[in-house]
Amino acid sequence: MIFKLDYFYLLLGAVLALIALLTLADRSNPRRHTTALFWALYAAIYLAGEALPEATAGAIMITMALLAGFGGVRMGAPKHLPEAERRSSAQRLGHKLFVPALIIPGVTMACATLLKDVKLGGLFLFDQKHLTLAALGCASVIAVALACVMLRATPLQAAREQRRLVDAMGWAIVLPHMLAVLGLLFTEAGVGKAVAHVSTSYINMDYKLAAVAVYCGGMALFTIVMGNGFAAFPVMAGGVGIPVLVNVYGANPAVMAAIGMFSGYCGTLMTPMAANFNMVPAALLDLHDKHAVIKAQIPTALPLLGANILLLYFLMNY
Amino acid sequence: MQTAVSLWPLLGVAVIVLGFLLRAHPVLVVAAACFTTGFAAMMPVEVLLASLGRAFVKTRNLPLIYLLPLAAIGLLERYGLREHAQAAIARVKAATAGRILIVYLTVRELSAAGGLTSLGGHPNMVRPLVAPMAEAAAELRHPGLSERLRQRVRAMAAATDNVGLFFGEDIFVAFGAIVLMQTILRAEGIEVDPLHVAMWGIPTAVTAYIIHAWRLRRLDREIERELLAAAAQLSAQSAGQP
Repeated sequence: MIFKLDYFYLLLGAVLALIALLTLADRSNPRRHTTALFWALYAAIYLAGEALPEATAGAIMITMALLAGFGGVRMGAPKHLPEAERRSSAQRLGHKLFVPALIIPGVTMACATLLKDVKLGGLFLFDQKHLTLAALGCASVIAVALACVMLRATPLQAAREQRRLVDAMGWAIVLPHMLAVLGLLFTEAGVGKAVAHVSTSYINMDYKLAAVAVYCGGMALFTIVMGNGFAAFPVMAGGVGIPVLVNVYGANPAVMAAIGMFSGYCGTLMTPMAANFNMVPAALLDLHDKHAVIKAQIPTALPLLGANILLLYFLMNY
Repeated sequence: MQTAVSLWPLLGVAVIVLGFLLRAHPVLVVAAACFTTGFAAMMPVEVLLASLGRAFVKTRNLPLIYLLPLAAIGLLERYGLREHAQAAIARVKAATAGRILIVYLTVRELSAAGGLTSLGGHPNMVRPLVAPMAEAAAELRHPGLSERLRQRVRAMAAATDNVGLFFGEDIFVAFGAIVLMQTILRAEGIEVDPLHVAMWGIPTAVTAYIIHAWRLRRLDREIERELLAAAAQLSAQSAGQP
């Protein structure tokens, strides 16, 4: 492979290390030492990666959690251009400003679809296992380069701007990462099996509608707890979907699977555990209420969950 | 027969629920849940730390999606990307916050259904373009928009991206979730055609679109009503004065 995912890990590690240095030098940050330590530890995870002893990586994660959890990660006073200058620059550059922004999705898409199977000298151009991520990495680098040329800015300025955004999001950035770790730990410790055991032992499923509601509701509820429909599906399909809906009520497995997974997604819309969809955007959009995105989604998610129960009830025997 | 299932690991789930109910710091809640789950499963500390470390390194591909595009977006913002997005939408007379978001919902759900999930996203589309455009459209129609309504429009922009993505991507045959469902059902001795799973997702995908689009239309009316009420209150106050 020519563009391996590992290169982008190193690139991100270098950027995080630079952010740590910039933070250390930033006297406007009330907690610059602990904040710098936080980003430096995160940089180590990306730079050293698999070379780190496993227990050390675990200790790094816990240290980062403690630093963030006890208010050690703060932001400095960001340096913006004055509003008038931004407006005149926007007027001067016009639609040209959209070009690098749209290059990120555009190039990612083109690389992931058109250049997917392209080989150069016998090597795949992109990491086959992490195609989209490798493509996104290339697209981001191209976009930064183009933006630097177009705006006559230096890469260091780009790093400063990246720091401004990373700073504004703060610890919210690592929350999805830590939740993914927790999800893997749950699987290892057998949480899924325990939930399936409890839900099938104590609920009466002699009525078809009740069984459907338990299955869909369970998918949503379990997704709310785990933050991920993928983790919920094996549990609910194995515990209720297959033994009750398919074997007792003769449901079509394809319908049971499709609508079940979508019921799980209704749960994803309602949980802070799906941090990358619900908590990170709240930080990215400077929302005062950390749960504002979830609150905006609940009135869509609940009626949709009800609709799913009815859809499954009426469609499952086709 | 005795049950071989240990219920102790559920303590970890209880910690999560309790932590979020008590509004404790989310990162601390997660760390506490990790330790509780590990101890409930009788893991010694070193084994638990190693297990956490292995998972932490393995899942480090996740934040790449957020962190890599930020340099370009940050640089463009410094030179007025958001201001330009707002100025550009101001020229479209028919634009309202709700209508812009309905257009985005349509594009996002259809492109995700075609497998193009990278076409949207919070860092590269919602923050620099969609949210500022929706906010500008609302502000232009209703000058003096309250901060509360601005925040609401922005939150709805993020919600729209999520709804479009979730309920679009699952009707794309090559999507990971469909592969996962097929694998799990196969392990239980049931064969399903991925095409059928994708097809049976369509009724939900359409329902999700209808519900969310209807809410976006109501968002416009909600903004209008609130501003009318505020204006009425203001004129009532000034009428009361001599």
